[in-house]
Amino acid sequence: MENSHIVIPEGKPKIQVENLSLYYGPKLVLNKVSLIIPENKVTAIIGPSGCGKSSFVRVLNRMNDLIPEARIEGRVTMDGENIYDRDVDLVALRKKVGLVFQKPNPFPKSIFDNIAYGLRIGNHRSRAELEKIVEKSLRQAALWGEVKDRLHQNALKLSGGQQQRLCIARALAVEPEIILFDEPCSAIDPIATAKVEELIHQLKQDYTVVIVTHNMQQAARVSDYTAFLWLGELVEYDRTDKIFTNPANKMTEDYITGRFG
Amino acid sequence: MKSSVKKSRRSFRHQLAQLVGFLMLRISVYSVLFMILYFFYDLGSKGLGAISWEFLTQAPRRGMTEGGILPAIVGTFLVTLITALFAVPLGMAAAIYLNEYARAGRLTRLIRLSIRNLAGVPSIVYGLFGVILFVNLLKFGTSILSAGLTLGLLTLPWTITASEEALKSVPDSYREGALALGATKWQMIRTNVLPYSIPGMLTGAVLGLARAAGETAPIMFTGAAFYLPFLPRSLKDQFMALPYHLYIMATQHHAIDKARFLAYGTALVLIVFVVLFNLGAILMRARLRRKWRH
Repeated sequence: MENSHIVIPEGKPKIQVENLSLYYGPKLVLNKVSLIIPENKVTAIIGPSGCGKSSFVRVLNRMNDLIPEARIEGRVTMDGENIYDRDVDLVALRKKVGLVFQKPNPFPKSIFDNIAYGLRIGNHRSRAELEKIVEKSLRQAALWGEVKDRLHQNALKLSGGQQQRLCIARALAVEPEIILFDEPCSAIDPIATAKVEELIHQLKQDYTVVIVTHNMQQAARVSDYTAFLWLGELVEYDRTDKIFTNPANKMTEDYITGRFG
Repeated sequence: MKSSVKKSRRSFRHQLAQLVGFLMLRISVYSVLFMILYFFYDLGSKGLGAISWEFLTQAPRRGMTEGGILPAIVGTFLVTLITALFAVPLGMAAAIYLNEYARAGRLTRLIRLSIRNLAGVPSIVYGLFGVILFVNLLKFGTSILSAGLTLGLLTLPWTITASEEALKSVPDSYREGALALGATKWQMIRTNVLPYSIPGMLTGAVLGLARAAGETAPIMFTGAAFYLPFLPRSLKDQFMALPYHLYIMATQHHAIDKARFLAYGTALVLIVFVVLFNLGAILMRARLRRKWRH
C-alpha cells in the first residue's frame, strides 16, 4: 500500500514472507504482505478485529489448509525453505512451528497425557524419557510447581490461566523452533496474563516468537518488533519502541493512540 | 419518577397466564406418563401369568397353544447379533467418513439427505429389498443371516446419524490442537476424537438395535418362520423371532382365544428384552463417560 513503512529487522531472519496474499473464497484476507521475522525475537502482530492477524499466523503453520476455500499466493520461507512447496511434510512443519490458541484448549486427558500428546504421536519414547520431557516443558511454562503433585489429574480441572500455560507447555514439549501465539491472553485474567507475558519474554532466548494481540500495551511490553495490519494490508513494521513512540504512518499512530479500532 | 415494585393488575394477568401455561404443559407430561404406565400395567397384568420357567425354556407345542417361546427368544437374540455386527461398524465408519473426511459439497449433501430419507422408508420395503438382495441375489436364502442383514440396513440410518452427532459434539479445538502438535489426520481422529465420541456412538447404535429387535416386517420374508420347534443350527437356518411370533399369535392363529394368553406373555418378554437393551446402553454410556472424564 502507499506510504507503508516496512523495515528489515536486524539479526538473522527466521521467516521471510514475500507478497503473501490469502483468500477465503472470493474474499481477500491478506493483500501482498511482505516482512521478515527475526530469529530469537518476539514479533507482535497488531491491528483491529478482522484485519487478518489470526489468519496471518495460521498461514505460518498452514492451519489454514483446514479451510477448504482458503487459497494463498506468494511465498513463505523458513530457514530458506518455502513451506508452501509441494514436498513439504505438514507434520514436520507443525512440529517446527507450534501454535498456542486464543482459547486454552487442553484435551480432556490428564495433565501428563496432554503434555505427552505430541511426543506419543511422534516416535515412541520410553516412559522415563516422557517423564523427563513433561517435567522440562512444565518448568519452562512456569507451571511445574503448581501441578507437580497432580500430573494425573484431568487438565480440564485447572484454572483458565493454568490451562493456557499447559497449552504452552504442550507446544514446547515437541521442541519447536517457532511458537505462534494467537491472542493467548484474551480469555484469561490479568494475573494469568502477566505470567504468560513473562513466559513469552523468556521464551525468545530459545525460540522465535510471533504473537497476535489486540492489546497494545501487551505488544509494547513483550515484543521487539511490531507489525500493524489494517484490512489485510501491512501498514507499518518496525522496532516496537519506534512504533509506539514515533510511528511513521498516520494510521498506525491513530490506531495505537486509540483513535480507531 | 420512581417505579413501584408492587404487583399491579397487569402482573396478576401475567401470572394467571403463566399458571395456565404451566398447567397445560404439566397435563401433557402426565398424560404421556399415564399412557406408558397403563401400557406396562396392561401388558404386565395379562402377560405375567404366562411367564414360567417352562415358557422361557421350551418350544411351542400343540399348534402353539401350549409350551414356550425359547426358539423365538434365541432367534431374536441371534438375528439382533448379526444386525449389530453388520450395522454398528459400518455405521461408525460411514459417520467418520462423512464428518471428518468428506468435503462439504453437493455430493455430501446428497448422501446425507439420502440417509435421512432412508430412515423414513417403511420397514416392509426394507423387507422386500432384503428378499431381492440377500435371499435371492446373494443366495443367503431365508435365513438368520438374510434377516439380520436386512435389519442392519434398517438401522444404518440411525447408527450413522447418531454417530455423526457424537462426532459433531467433539469440539473442533481438540482437532486443531492435535493437528497443531503435528498429528496426522488419522492420528488426530483416533486419539483425540473417537475416544470422546464412542460413548455417544454406542448409545445411538444400541437404541437402533433395540428398535430393530422389535421389527416384524423386514424379517417376515427374509427368514422368520411361522413355527419351528427347534433351535437354529447355523446362520443359514430359518428361525422364530419374538415380534413375528407375537404377530402370529395375535392375528394369524387358528384359535386366537386360546393363544391370547401366550401372546401377552410373548409381548412382555419382547418388551423386557428391549428395555434391558436400552438400559444396557444407558449404563454403558455412563461408564464410558466416567472413564474418560476422570
